[in-house]
Amino acid sequence: MLNRMLRSRYLPAFLMLAAMLALPYVLPSTYYLRVASMVFVFALAAMGLNLLLGLAGQVSLGHAGFMGVGAYAVAIGPTHLGVPAIPSALAGVALSCLLAYLMGRPILKLKGYYLAVATLGCGLLISMVLTNEAQWTGGPDGMGVPRLVLFDAPVRGVQTWYYVCGVALVIGMVLAINLTFSPTGRALRAIRDSEVAARVVGIDVARQKLFVFVLSAAYAAVAGSLLAFVNGHITPDSTSGFLRSIELITMVVLGGTGAVLGPVAGAAILVILPQALTVFHDYEHMILGLVMMACMIALRQGLVPALTARFRERTA
Amino acid sequence: MVGRILGSVAIAATLVAGGWSGARAEEIRIGSVVSSTGPASLLGDPQKRTLEMLVEDINAKGGIKGNKLKLVLYDDGGDANAARTFATRLAEEDKVAVVIGGSTTGTTMAMAPVFEDAEIPFMSFAGAIQVIKPVRKWVFKTPHTDLMACEKIFTDLNARKLSKVAFLSGTDGFGKSMRDQCVAAAPKFGIEVVHEETYGPRDADMTPQLTNIKNKAGVQAIIIPGIGQGPAIGVRNYKQLAIAVPLYVSHGVASKEFIALAGEGAEGVRLPAAALLLGEKLAADDPQRPVVLDYTKAYEKKTGQPVSGFGGFAYDGFMIVAEAMKRAPSNKPAAIRDEIEKTKGFVGVDGIYNMSPQDHMGLDLSGFRMVEIRKGDWVAVP
Amino acid sequence: MRASAMTTELLQFTFSGLTVGAVYASVALGFTLIYNASHVVNLAQGEFVMLGAMSTVFLAAAGLPLPVAMILAVLISMVAGLALHRFAIAPARGADPIALIIITIGASIFLRGLAQIVFDKRFHSLPPWFGAEPIVIGGAAVLPQSLVVLAGMLVVLVGLWLFMTRTLFGRAILAASNNPMAATLVGINVPVIVAATFLISSLLGAVVGILVTPITLTSYDAGTILALKGFAAVMLGGIGNPPGAVLGGLLLGLAESFGAGLISSQYKDAIAFVILLAVLLLRPRGLLGGAALERV
Repeated sequence: MLNRMLRSRYLPAFLMLAAMLALPYVLPSTYYLRVASMVFVFALAAMGLNLLLGLAGQVSLGHAGFMGVGAYAVAIGPTHLGVPAIPSALAGVALSCLLAYLMGRPILKLKGYYLAVATLGCGLLISMVLTNEAQWTGGPDGMGVPRLVLFDAPVRGVQTWYYVCGVALVIGMVLAINLTFSPTGRALRAIRDSEVAARVVGIDVARQKLFVFVLSAAYAAVAGSLLAFVNGHITPDSTSGFLRSIELITMVVLGGTGAVLGPVAGAAILVILPQALTVFHDYEHMILGLVMMACMIALRQGLVPALTARFRERTA
Repeated sequence: MVGRILGSVAIAATLVAGGWSGARAEEIRIGSVVSSTGPASLLGDPQKRTLEMLVEDINAKGGIKGNKLKLVLYDDGGDANAARTFATRLAEEDKVAVVIGGSTTGTTMAMAPVFEDAEIPFMSFAGAIQVIKPVRKWVFKTPHTDLMACEKIFTDLNARKLSKVAFLSGTDGFGKSMRDQCVAAAPKFGIEVVHEETYGPRDADMTPQLTNIKNKAGVQAIIIPGIGQGPAIGVRNYKQLAIAVPLYVSHGVASKEFIALAGEGAEGVRLPAAALLLGEKLAADDPQRPVVLDYTKAYEKKTGQPVSGFGGFAYDGFMIVAEAMKRAPSNKPAAIRDEIEKTKGFVGVDGIYNMSPQDHMGLDLSGFRMVEIRKGDWVAVP
Repeated sequence: MRASAMTTELLQFTFSGLTVGAVYASVALGFTLIYNASHVVNLAQGEFVMLGAMSTVFLAAAGLPLPVAMILAVLISMVAGLALHRFAIAPARGADPIALIIITIGASIFLRGLAQIVFDKRFHSLPPWFGAEPIVIGGAAVLPQSLVVLAGMLVVLVGLWLFMTRTLFGRAILAASNNPMAATLVGINVPVIVAATFLISSLLGAVVGILVTPITLTSYDAGTILALKGFAAVMLGGIGNPPGAVLGGLLLGLAESFGAGLISSQYKDAIAFVILLAVLLLRPRGLLGGAALERV
């Protein structure tokens, strides 16, 4: 049984689930649960991006824009439209997918850095609308998110949201693993390795790329909705800003593109490190920059692939 | 494996935190989260320096009622999400008695629910009125609301018999919030907003926007709500285009270096300002004069930088809390909160504070003075 | 009468766009140089601009004569450029492009963190070279410093072109960027070439920073937005093409100023990006980008 689990492709999801269930017994206060929730949320968004970047080899520098759509959906729906939170969240995911579809159709033809700058532009557009349309979004100072009410009981407490975020991440992982080992996953890997070759073997390149782009936008939107629920107050910069997009891509690359646990490791580094570096006060940014550079120089495939490779070497 | 990493990080963090929370009985912890880096660092940096200076100062004088203060200060980088995490950390890990900070309205609003739940008094430096309206039991703030700045400007416009204005407002939180308040309040003063433009916080040139304003018929005055480099560049471009109508900037222009940055264009520009900006120019019998000069001298000596209105928010916030702690029967958060709410006649650099259960700011319009820039210096306009 | 007022207005927007665009263009040029030699997109390029400007401000404030402060500031920025190559880019040779980008992001965070400690977090300016009195051209008011920036841009372009085509070293850079393998075979030391492009880019950044600070002001975190806009300009013009970078920068600046003046100042950055997207959809490799080459 254990042996089968260890060999299972779902091993990373099992590990994540176990870690999620065990952590509350180790962590001394809700502050740590809050930090862990942030790791889960950003890992989820980064995981979607990892499907796009790691699996299909397509880059997006505007992914926080989709997070913003998900986040503002659960704020605007209940506040302005009288729609309950859960349908609002679903609508946010749907809207995010629709936007990704409409944007992706033309821009996914672009390659490499051209795709990077086009997605960056799309992300900026979303962020700009959220900042400027203040009658809906509260403008740059942001807006409050009404508490989620389920069965007439408000969902509150750091602990509850910790489990919600954790479960969402595990589900996201299982879906990502399924996709990776599906025919679509193989097609996407073929596209990453060579679009021309993929086309020659009969893969509908444009369609597959669009599919994974829309899927990654859905991951980001779910993460955005969760972020909004956990925080209770959202601002355009903290959900959809350009720097947030850069942060997401950094998480994916630091953790290791392609590895399912990569985004989790990357998110953990970028969420926990600033908390740990507060002891250095004014020097924290310098140290953060140094750590990022050192990580990428020493472990150029990213944390998880580099470490697993070393682990295999040692056990082999 | 990640679980293991997370776990060991958590354990390590616990050890460190344990080191911190081994508080001695006589130490009172004061928490703070400011945006000392990032897009709002212009606000947060002087606030951080002010708080550090004041805590050092009070401890050097023996603390409050013999209790030393310990400042636990985090930098949220202007990110509301980080602010929320640090707020949880202050409440859960650092077990602070009171929190002073929150440089922007966005970060303040993200943190407020944490301190409401944890029942810790929270003194914010955010401008917008939504921080204290509706009144939240545990949340206070020191800066004037943007509405007051608008009213001060409109009163001055009325006195000059000008009624048609154009706005060039920043798209950051400060500029946007003040613009909204001003536009809403304008009809009450018989002011008509005839044209509106905006600028991004990092824009290096606003001549296109000002050209439009210049060519708009009937504009009698221009108002630039914003902070940082924006208003300075706006004033430069206003001079460059030789626009003749009067120009107003806001209290977001919080420091004397604005005059240097804005250059010759600043001549004749007016703004609503707190007493802090006037410094030596305050009348000898002005009740705020001693406190303004004390803070200015101490800050400039300590940091080598000119004093800033944003640091002034922190000064007033800290001193109100310190006074409340002196009066409070215990160092419990609830006791401190009750005394903050009872603040009466406190003379700060931003005005004279009279708080109440209905008013968690406690300033009236008298805190603002209309000043004009003449020959590179502020002059009070009667 | 109305028509001439309109012309004046458009002329004013043009000058505004060219001034801002010249800054983007020079950042874009710095990107292009490094990209050509090493295929690294250096997102720390904006920090070179900031280092040049802030160092000048602080050295001048420390009592050095302004020209000396400027020269020292350029040297400081060049040291930073060389250090970036030596300690971060060179050790990661052969890594994925995306990993290299993350390294340059790390470098920019590091440099910003360093600047906030060494300098401060306030805004600073430098005196304009020929006064602040605007020159009126066709009814539009232009700051003399804008002309200095544009002239400086031209000098840099011509200088760079001469250097690249007329000197042995410049031609070695060109050769190395066209085909590193062949360049190595004919005896060109490619790592030295790459280091040289970092040096030139940081010099370029610092010079621009010093030239524009009298107009744009500067602060420790001025680099981020410049890197963003410069990157957009590079892609608009077509990556790897120096004239394309300049064209992209100028067009981006013009798009912003005309967008702000004619359509909406609130959405002017959006307008600029929509134009960028439109161009890329018509020309997927930018305005002056070469033909599509795809490895199989």
